[in-house]
Amino acid sequence: MQEVQGEKPGKAKKERTPMPEQPAEERRKNFNEVTLGYTKEDALAEASRCLACKDPKCVEGCPVNVDIPGFIQLICEENFEGAIERIKATNALPAICGRVCPQETQCEARCVLGKKSQPVAIGRLERFCADYEREKGVKAPEVMPPTGKKVAVVGSGPAGLTAAADLAKLGHKVTIFESLHKAGGVLSYGIPEFRLPKEIVRQEVEYIEKLGVEVKPNYIIGRIKTLDELCDDFDAVFLVTGAGLPNFMGIEGENLNGVYSANEFLTRVNLMKAYDPEYDTMVRHGKHVVVVGGGNVAMDAARSALRLGADEVSIVYRRGEDEMPARREEIEHAKEEGIIFRLLTNPVRILGDEKFNVTGVECIKMELGEPDKSGRRSPVPVEGTEFLVQADVVIIAIGTSPNPIIFKGSEGLEQNRRGTVVADEETGATSKCGVFAGGDAVTGAATVISAMGAGKKAAKAIDAFLKEK
Amino acid sequence: MAYRILEKEEIAPSVHRMIIEARDVAKAAKAGQFIILRIDERGERVPLTIADFEKEKGTVTVIYQEMGKTTKQLAKLSAGDYLEDFVGPLGTPADIRKLGTVILVGGGVGVAPIYPQAKAYTSAGNRVISIIGARNKDLLILEDEMEKASSELYIATDDGSKGHHGFVTDIMKKILDSGEKVARVVIIGPPIMMKVGAGVASPYDVEILVSLNSIMVDGTGMCGGCRVTVGGETKFTCVDGPEFDARKVDFVQLMNRLAMYRGEETEAVEKYEAECRCGLH
Repeated sequence: MQEVQGEKPGKAKKERTPMPEQPAEERRKNFNEVTLGYTKEDALAEASRCLACKDPKCVEGCPVNVDIPGFIQLICEENFEGAIERIKATNALPAICGRVCPQETQCEARCVLGKKSQPVAIGRLERFCADYEREKGVKAPEVMPPTGKKVAVVGSGPAGLTAAADLAKLGHKVTIFESLHKAGGVLSYGIPEFRLPKEIVRQEVEYIEKLGVEVKPNYIIGRIKTLDELCDDFDAVFLVTGAGLPNFMGIEGENLNGVYSANEFLTRVNLMKAYDPEYDTMVRHGKHVVVVGGGNVAMDAARSALRLGADEVSIVYRRGEDEMPARREEIEHAKEEGIIFRLLTNPVRILGDEKFNVTGVECIKMELGEPDKSGRRSPVPVEGTEFLVQADVVIIAIGTSPNPIIFKGSEGLEQNRRGTVVADEETGATSKCGVFAGGDAVTGAATVISAMGAGKKAAKAIDAFLKEK
Repeated sequence: MAYRILEKEEIAPSVHRMIIEARDVAKAAKAGQFIILRIDERGERVPLTIADFEKEKGTVTVIYQEMGKTTKQLAKLSAGDYLEDFVGPLGTPADIRKLGTVILVGGGVGVAPIYPQAKAYTSAGNRVISIIGARNKDLLILEDEMEKASSELYIATDDGSKGHHGFVTDIMKKILDSGEKVARVVIIGPPIMMKVGAGVASPYDVEILVSLNSIMVDGTGMCGGCRVTVGGETKFTCVDGPEFDARKVDFVQLMNRLAMYRGEETEAVEKYEAECRCGLH
């Protein structure tokens, strides 16, 4: 990422320590991690920028309330082991959070330094500590004596892993049920290798298993067992099934060959490693790829398509760049790699040939009108501005809805009109006794860290529930 | 976790039956559902319909024809080997209740998913007329099993080497024409056979169901790769199906979508077979 210079270039302390990364020209051809991580010197330089505020706002900005000044102070003392321990006291997945959290809108957004120049690079420091620990070998964590209570966690994404870790530390016996063959949820199937290496996800899952958590892959609640049956077997259930059902636009040509949901495209590429010729899963390697949407998932899909060898990848988004929900860093990375941004543009229909293959996308220009319910100005088509974009692969990344399977054979679990589980925001308690829910299954698609926040809150509430039971 | 292959048999040229130990799947399985398996870490996830299951033994039977690389690889495995993943039961179970007379039509390996349905419809108290077919008598599968599971069984072969010389749908039409009151027809087989069968049965006052196979990854609604147009609406075969009202299915789209990776599949098979000849497998 391009570093903006501080106000007074003479004082190094004002400037953020840049993160080494693969040059754009190189990385657009491989799936290796884009950013390379701080060296020890980088970490020390960056940590020294922290003002150690008495009333640290950054901690409030973190959904899991990591003791940020505390761990940064330990970095300054070169006590990296102490630093990672401090982070892990509240965050079970630091290597992941340090990479994919939107720090710029959370902890770093509250950093006092950010008012005059740039905030402390908290995410990068967190990643440094986690990577330091992984290289040294992760220590087996301490766990409280067994309580004899059993908790089922349905889904092994960030919310499920976080809750499982907290509950296991409290001495409860936790079993995670995962429908895919690999744990991690969106961390495994959704986020590409170049942003989050799968080896890191694997090691974080291993850490959770070291706490005594059992992970059962290939196990679909709602099919093998209903939620009601699960409730009979466990003292409490935490539903974190995510928002996996892909949304489509309902336009002509959407079922043509070569049109993917971002979920399918990313699952084939990330989970099933379709980019590696040694793996059997297929994916269409487009020459001209169009990705519809403006979130992180759209950026991930576009950058993955580029790495599969596309000549041209463009992102079609109906609002402007300022309205894009994707992280700034991801937008910048995508631009550096040569992704074309077609803003204020919306697809009208998808065109195909006689063999049912995609040949192009007809788009229309948009302009921003009055603000809608989300507070963003809603896009309105400009009549007569239709134009054609050539495409042999089209990826739809306009969001997801919760998966309905969980509601099958479950009495009394309330869901709202959008298909999400109705749950208390603070505790995750649902309308069904002993059943808690969190993450995207409750909120609809959101971020890794907000799911983890929900996992932490629910773990606390589940523990309290079990103690009363 | 791995799933043990207990039995493996070639029941027709290039058609194999495999019995797999998968207790959780067997316990929950119902007629009309399917599983997804993966041979090893580098393998793809392949959906196969459940051909049989025994809850007490904890076993699930699948029947597959050698087509792509994965089914060819599967064909090389034998009893005692393991599959890396075997997940299910997937899909909405068939809606089986007492309806009166039901015609079940199965073509090729499509007879495999018809078999558990024949058993289920029969035990629900229906008169089950089954019609099974294949290109020739050697490719016919589950004849004895279907005989036992049905009230009546008819056979058709394209070349006339056994039973009726012609298509299963000829027999189906004859029965519908005979004036016998039929409540439902279930047709499972190659997409072209289901399309033709649906067309033939369409003018009659009978419910027609088909079970669709489609390309999918996860089988739980997440990838959306299995989309099919039914009655003008996009449906996901894995969670909304696999059974649909045959009169409403857009078969042309289904067949085109199934052909999506045909070029890549041929390449993969060629590469795999070349490696096999070199003794790499």
